[in-house]
Amino acid sequence: MEIKKTSLYKLHQNNNAKFVEFAGYQMPIQYSDGIVEEHKFTRMHSGIFDVSHMGQLFIYGENNLTEDLEKIFPLDLKNLKINHSKYSFLMNDDAGIYDDLIVTKLEKGFLIILNAACKENDFKILSKLLNGKYEMLLDEKRSLIAIQGPKSVKILNNIIQGVEDLNFMSGNWFSFHDQKIYVTRSGYTGEDGFEVSILNELSEKFTKELINKGAKLIGLGARDTLRLEAGLCLYGHELNKDKTPVEANLKWAISKDRVSKGNFIGSNIITKQLNDGVSKIRVGIKPEGKIIAREKTKIFNQSDLHIGEITSGTFGPSVNGPVAMGYVENEFSNKDTKVFLEVRGKKYPANICGLPFYKKSYVKGVNK
Amino acid sequence: MSDVKYSKEHEWIKLEGDIATIGITKHATEMLGDIVFTELPEKGTSVEKDGTAGVVESTKAASDVYTPISGEVVDTNQAIVDDPSKINQDPENSAWFFKLKVKDKSEMESLMNKEDYDKFAKESSS
Repeated sequence: MEIKKTSLYKLHQNNNAKFVEFAGYQMPIQYSDGIVEEHKFTRMHSGIFDVSHMGQLFIYGENNLTEDLEKIFPLDLKNLKINHSKYSFLMNDDAGIYDDLIVTKLEKGFLIILNAACKENDFKILSKLLNGKYEMLLDEKRSLIAIQGPKSVKILNNIIQGVEDLNFMSGNWFSFHDQKIYVTRSGYTGEDGFEVSILNELSEKFTKELINKGAKLIGLGARDTLRLEAGLCLYGHELNKDKTPVEANLKWAISKDRVSKGNFIGSNIITKQLNDGVSKIRVGIKPEGKIIAREKTKIFNQSDLHIGEITSGTFGPSVNGPVAMGYVENEFSNKDTKVFLEVRGKKYPANICGLPFYKKSYVKGVNK
Repeated sequence: MSDVKYSKEHEWIKLEGDIATIGITKHATEMLGDIVFTELPEKGTSVEKDGTAGVVESTKAASDVYTPISGEVVDTNQAIVDDPSKINQDPENSAWFFKLKVKDKSEMESLMNKEDYDKFAKESSS
């Protein structure tokens, strides 16, 4: 299969990107500054992330669309306001996660942002579930550009006036060079920021304007360290079809009202797990020293029993130390529980900790 | 610096008397990216040519460090354990990894000189 390129590929090249293949796309893992500097720049200033490999699924339809989507997602979509977004999951009957995603209500339908590696499969599953009743478009003509970090609001508002009035997890249509762009105040770094859905022809022009105003291109490498410090899950690591949202410690994303009524895919298992608890659960893990425990590192308790595994682990540049997430048996999931991580044959002490490692700075109270 | 030799695993080695100082090359640091963790062998341990003698980790992954020559570890550079970013800043000088009391100097003969290494590094990265 031919490797795909995003509309910003040339711009990445001109900015000395190092590329890596990710989900069938040639994506920038870092630029000349390197992952640590790019990470810190995003936390202090404003980073631009090409996330055009992610799926932008538009579903349009009349009255029943909301009801039909509620049979799929554990969300209270009837009460979701237009231009507001929710984090959710596409699940199988056992509540195993096919994908984690963001659903935004539009005037005549919904926009769902899907993970790059899952989008084709999601589209098949959703097409089947919705039975061809609605117009579904996995839009390849639009790019998705995230701008993240404390200076992003000022920089973006300079180019697209009015974005400063958006609250976290809400969006609206704006225009850029007479073309419609959809901007949401969201992202995956733990910082205030935006995601911009824009036509491929305009994406480079738009990104260059952001750069001219002081933002910098940031690669997927820093995106990973940023999201891990923010305690956010990455599909294929923390999440997969053998894990449920309850096990992933994401029950906050499941509508309580919907659970009480049931009637969505996986609702039986979700209800059971919410009532009875789960045997394994996702936690934050902080090694005591400098040792970095990577994905698949085994976790032991104080009696040397194997109690779980790391799903993501790296050095957190803002925390200035190692950070990790993983799954442990429920009885060892309490904060401050001492555990041991087996790295290169030796066991190193670590503690179960709360998430995030780095405080999130989402903007929720914009007056309007 | 004619007494500095290079290995295919991107280590440099500088021999002074029977003491060899070993580190990783600038080319290696460029391939690794930001180094955020370093593990060095313990003083007094014996290491064998081409065996592992440490670890460097970037934000992305861990990589073994090999010794291009056999010997006994007589000194290690604590500064790069305390601040691994020093390796990216000055890899072929102050950010050396460990010093060995060399067992057999003839092992140096199989290593590359600067010119050959630069050529090898260029080819292996293209």
